[in-house]
Amino acid sequence: MVSLEEGGFAIFLVLLAFACLIVAGKTFDQVMAFHAGIGALIAAVSVFWIFKNYFDDGGEPIPQEIGGKPNYNMGPVKFGSVAAMVWGLAGFTVGLVIALQLAFPALNFDLPWTNFGRMRPLHTSAVIFAFGGNVLLATSMYVVQRTSRARMPGKILPWFVIVGYNVFIVIAGTGYLLGATQSKEYAEPEWYADLWLTVVWVAYLLLFLGTLWKRKEPHIYVANWFYLAFIVTIAMLHIVNNLTIPVSAYSTKSYIVWSGVQDAMVQWWYGHNAVGFFLTAGFLAIMYYFIPKRADRPVYSYRLSIVHFWALIFIYIWAGPHHLHYTALPQWASTLGATFSIILWMPSWGGMINGLMTLSGAWDKLRTDPVLRMMVVSVAFYGMSTFEGPLMSLRSVNSLSHYTDWTIGHVHSGALGWVGYISFGALYCLIPWLWNRKGLYSLKLVNWHFWLSTLGIVLYITSMWVSGIMQGLMWRAYDQLGFLEYSFVETVEAMHPFYIIRALGGALFLLGAVIMAYNLWMTVRHGEAEEAEATPAGSLAPAE
Amino acid sequence: MADTHDKEIDRISGVETTGHEWDGLKELNNPLPRWWLYSFYACIVWAAVYWVLYPSWPLISSYTTGVLGANQRTEAIAAFDEGVAGRSEFADKIIATSLEDISHDQELLQFAQANGQAAFGDNCAPCHGSGATGAEGYPNLQDDTWLWGGTLDDIHTTLLYGIRSDHDEARIGEMPAFGRDELLTRKEVAEVANFVASKAGVETEDGVDLAAGQVLYDDNCAACHGENLEGIQEVGAPSLMSANYLYGNSLDDIKAQIHAPRNGVMPAWVDRLDPATIKSLTVYVHSFGGGQ
Repeated sequence: MVSLEEGGFAIFLVLLAFACLIVAGKTFDQVMAFHAGIGALIAAVSVFWIFKNYFDDGGEPIPQEIGGKPNYNMGPVKFGSVAAMVWGLAGFTVGLVIALQLAFPALNFDLPWTNFGRMRPLHTSAVIFAFGGNVLLATSMYVVQRTSRARMPGKILPWFVIVGYNVFIVIAGTGYLLGATQSKEYAEPEWYADLWLTVVWVAYLLLFLGTLWKRKEPHIYVANWFYLAFIVTIAMLHIVNNLTIPVSAYSTKSYIVWSGVQDAMVQWWYGHNAVGFFLTAGFLAIMYYFIPKRADRPVYSYRLSIVHFWALIFIYIWAGPHHLHYTALPQWASTLGATFSIILWMPSWGGMINGLMTLSGAWDKLRTDPVLRMMVVSVAFYGMSTFEGPLMSLRSVNSLSHYTDWTIGHVHSGALGWVGYISFGALYCLIPWLWNRKGLYSLKLVNWHFWLSTLGIVLYITSMWVSGIMQGLMWRAYDQLGFLEYSFVETVEAMHPFYIIRALGGALFLLGAVIMAYNLWMTVRHGEAEEAEATPAGSLAPAE
Repeated sequence: MADTHDKEIDRISGVETTGHEWDGLKELNNPLPRWWLYSFYACIVWAAVYWVLYPSWPLISSYTTGVLGANQRTEAIAAFDEGVAGRSEFADKIIATSLEDISHDQELLQFAQANGQAAFGDNCAPCHGSGATGAEGYPNLQDDTWLWGGTLDDIHTTLLYGIRSDHDEARIGEMPAFGRDELLTRKEVAEVANFVASKAGVETEDGVDLAAGQVLYDDNCAACHGENLEGIQEVGAPSLMSANYLYGNSLDDIKAQIHAPRNGVMPAWVDRLDPATIKSLTVYVHSFGGGQ
């Protein structure tokens, strides 16, 4: 018998395919026609896949346990890990291109599709949502199963989440290049992509909760609290910031329901908490599983993990207004944003302390294990950027730093150092585990990756600090008669050398990632197989 | 916390675990680090003091204003007024003095130059270039070729009202689209273009009737550009005597401009910059060397 789940998904996807076909046929908007076409195609292929799968396994239910051990569902985790690496390479490359465009504007090629204005959201979305998002999805599915000793619920649901999410990425990314955008930073995808992501995200929440519900452990592991906070909060932020009214069902264009300063406030409430819950809470969850696992040490303090978790969750949500100092936003909101950012300093550092102190008794491993070293440096970068952030949120500092490259440097110390390195570390752990390999193909290559990208990050951050502070000081420089010393064009000219250094840093970071992709590829292809040990799940999973 | 778990003592640190275990992961029962906790409290206290001093918490229809009475709006206005007041001594003099006389007063000239340079960089340089040498379609301000006149008064008027801007007083001069609007045939456009090119020392095409071109010029162009191609600044019609053209110096460029002229726009600054700054800009641009 076809299960309720299979039948339900099949009907939903058939209806979706027809709806997409109708839209594709009736629209005058070429981007909409293209996206609806993609939607129809993928929905149809998915229906085919559901039935093919059903006939292949004869509709037998999947065993929850094999030989008394949980039969983990690792197929979607593998998919997410590979997708993360592929999107990562794409996102870093686009980042390098736009860094070079800023130094050499001729590289815009005077084409709409390669213009900085379209490439920049492509870069930010590719690294945050495509690379980071797939790392979060893959690791969360892995971690929640392992720490709950339970298989994810459903047969289609986990695949719907991971494939559906990547369809969103494709729709969003191609939309940017073709000019479909609602012009909200980090929330550029238009209404139909947002709607689709909402469906996928709710499915993700149900999948995660379902796994926790099935758990065989009495308690929920700390990493799962962070994952859950990330999933729930991102759902809320995404929906509120994307409340738009489409021009018509056949048009890519929509108008946001918020206006004026309220729109700005909602946007940065979203924007800052995307940093807080996507890039911080989610990746802290990764840290809480992969660092103690790799170091083979217990987490330093249970108490600290509870206190800093709740403090982080409650305080982060207030900090958004610090993005809008000295604007039309009322001063009281500005004050609250800045003060809560200061209060947030220690809750952020709680995660850093718990990560670093977990190493006590295992510090010697940093000399021999470059993967662990990468994750520890990641936590150090986390500590650095969560110190710099509150500092920059103060109005007096912000009046110098805002709108300058300092902000870009700050973001990248968090993005390249913290999010990038903890993700790399997690993938270096995960790939051998998933494909039952004894270890990585080459630790020496991990070492190369580590040193090249560290040099890249240092070049990136320092050049942006210098460039940003210089830019800020030039903007506020007056001559003795009270006139501005520099015109805007002169500040742009002065930043040119630093833009080249920044691009060099980005190139080194990308080179490191290429080495990593090669290393992981070789691990899967030619790595030595692990003896059939505790995890039969990995080898069983791809059969689905 | 319930004490029913299997607590262990970690061999390395000697600290008790909580007794939970997930996939081989355990937790130590370490207390909160003291320095961390006190720093956290200190940040909260700091924030509370800040809330008392500055506008912070929203109320139903207002907000707590803070005991310092700080207000970013009044502070910004005060800072702006202070900046204006600091310059007003000279600015008032600039407004009261004629353009001619500013150039003769060393102190005023220095002020006007500084004011003009600052205003030029952010308002004029995007089109005319940082060095005021212009680009195709944007006049060079360093040379002595002027479309609408290069005296102090001419420059001042251009700055105030712009060229083909939406201001009522704007300088308006519109060259007809001889080719696009079919006032001349394609052949005639070629003839008149070759005639102009021959006068300006630009290479001409073979086999084009220059005499016919001259007749066409006299009938269609001379009214604005002058009988001897010397141009008439009152209507913004440039001199065509030498190949120093705004939209390019080749024969093809000349043909293109006769076929469908690009009538560039300069904005009016009278509503965007204050009178002293516009006068300062006038003196500054005039001093580049091409001023008449």
